[in-house]
Amino acid sequence: MDMSLRKNTPLSGLLPGITVGRPLVLTLAVVVLGVLAPWLVSAYELNLLARFLAMALLAMGLVLVWGQGGVLSLGQGVFFGLGGYAIAMHMKLAALADGELPDFMVWSGLDALPWWWVPFKSPLVAILGVVLVPGALAALFSWAVFRRRVGGVYFALITQALALAFATLLISQQPSTGGFNGLTDFQTLMGVELGTPAAAHGLYWLTLALVVGVFVTLRALMASRYGLLLRAIRDGENRIRFLGYDPTPFKVVAFTIGAVLAGLAGALFTLHAGVVSPALVGVVPSIEMVIWVAVGGRNSLAGAIAGTLAVNLAKDGVSSAFPDLWLYALGLVFVLVVTLLPGGLAGLVADAGAAGWGKRLKTLIIGEAK
Amino acid sequence: MNAQVTAPHIGTTAPASNLLLAVDGVTVDFDGFKALNGFSLTLDRGTLRVLIGPNGAGKSTLCDTIIGRVRATSGRVIFKDQDITHLPEHEIVRRGICRKFQTPGVLPGLSVVDNLMIAAKRDRRWWASFRHGVAAEEKARVADILETIGLADRAAAPAGQLAHGEKQWLEIGMVVATRADLLLLDEPTAGMGPAETSQTAALIRRLVGRHTVLVIDHDMSFLEQLDARVTVMHQGQFLKEGSVAAIRADADVAAVYLGRAKENIHHG
Repeated sequence: MDMSLRKNTPLSGLLPGITVGRPLVLTLAVVVLGVLAPWLVSAYELNLLARFLAMALLAMGLVLVWGQGGVLSLGQGVFFGLGGYAIAMHMKLAALADGELPDFMVWSGLDALPWWWVPFKSPLVAILGVVLVPGALAALFSWAVFRRRVGGVYFALITQALALAFATLLISQQPSTGGFNGLTDFQTLMGVELGTPAAAHGLYWLTLALVVGVFVTLRALMASRYGLLLRAIRDGENRIRFLGYDPTPFKVVAFTIGAVLAGLAGALFTLHAGVVSPALVGVVPSIEMVIWVAVGGRNSLAGAIAGTLAVNLAKDGVSSAFPDLWLYALGLVFVLVVTLLPGGLAGLVADAGAAGWGKRLKTLIIGEAK
Repeated sequence: MNAQVTAPHIGTTAPASNLLLAVDGVTVDFDGFKALNGFSLTLDRGTLRVLIGPNGAGKSTLCDTIIGRVRATSGRVIFKDQDITHLPEHEIVRRGICRKFQTPGVLPGLSVVDNLMIAAKRDRRWWASFRHGVAAEEKARVADILETIGLADRAAAPAGQLAHGEKQWLEIGMVVATRADLLLLDEPTAGMGPAETSQTAALIRRLVGRHTVLVIDHDMSFLEQLDARVTVMHQGQFLKEGSVAAIRADADVAAVYLGRAKENIHHG
């Protein structure tokens, strides 16, 4: 598959709608609706929305890494998982009295806390760990790989292997990781009782605020000289190298930002869902993450958020009605998007704005008119 | 440090040595095939040199070796009195060498002006890309080059939409925008008609003096318009050097090209 190599028109689908006037009003309206959501939807729906918005943080990171940087990562689940486990470990420890061990360790016959659990007693370490552990791992890993000029499909395969290895490791180290079941049953976070409506609302707003903040920051980054160079490296790495730039650090920075956002997403998701487990971090979830962004539009931050919400809402609907069908449906959606809509939903909106819906639909059905 | 300002300094602050580049006995061995075989070449500051030779003579390999894309098996490349043979590519460029590739290496998705802006940026370290704003001097330089290469009215167009000849000019413009002391132009007139070819020759002649230029090309009329010293390569080795007229009249050079033609006939 040449997804990572494919050059779609890079700027046309970029951030449709945040330029001026009506789109800005629309964006603000969406944000206001988002802020008011706790009073507009049920507690169950709010929890779903909160999870999806957490995932949207990861998806926006993929816009930078994959859309702008041309680096397809099939291992974002690893960084998502590192963030999730970092906060989950802290919450497990915070619920214990001194000298006690988490229940699953006791059942597995451990008599002391593994050394790498110890620092996570501190809430500060846990919160820093949410961003620093995925960030540091991503920086080291991507630097080692990009420096050797490994890219494209090979990079995608290495990241997929990383996701497989990470999930396998978590399952195999059951006594210290909770194994297949992962970590669950959290009570408090920094003294705040989880599971109350107030905590749910607070965590939801925190997630929403981060989504807005990351959206604005990444948008500025993409418009900066750094963003321009990242796209230039995507389109002609050698030309850029022979203009005197070292492409490696540009790509490492993008990949690291993507990993930090994935870690943040994993931690927030864990708080909303009340569980983190290997099923959320392996190969299949990592590919799903790429599909959210493919559906939304890999060069559009707004598209990535929309794609994440749309695919996950569909997943929630389809997998509760027909659990076996979900992966087939997802695969079908992916094939359709890649073949018919390389710019994703964002590309569709941008084209519709330019050409009108009728023409776009005609193009979709009977092909390009030219 | 990098990118010494080219134009006004030459002449006023004469460098101790006039020698800019010395390729010293370079051999490039591709699994037994010697693309370059003990090849040497020197270039003085502000001069123009044309490199010719039959296909496979090693011209492009020489450019690749100077720029670090291909590594010398033995021998050295000396630039501004420093050994650059083993430096990373981007470091070689920062020292003041820039290359135009055979197939135009413009960035198709970016606008013409963005292509030039990227090339003109002085501080090419990654953290400098987070700074806001563009230096007025860089802007002026890009505007100047846009005029020179005749693309001022296409500045906002994506580079991928340019005609083939325009892409060639844009890439020459990018190479110039880097303020490199040494420009390596690999077949700058490939795919151009006679009118475009003469314009390109005039453009290159204007660059000489401010820059040192090494051109690879086959087109004889283009060489005559450039009117520069010619170095002839054959099978990775030095064959002849002289004026265009002298090279045209040279029996060895003719034999090399004719021999190649005969081979082609035999194999054809």
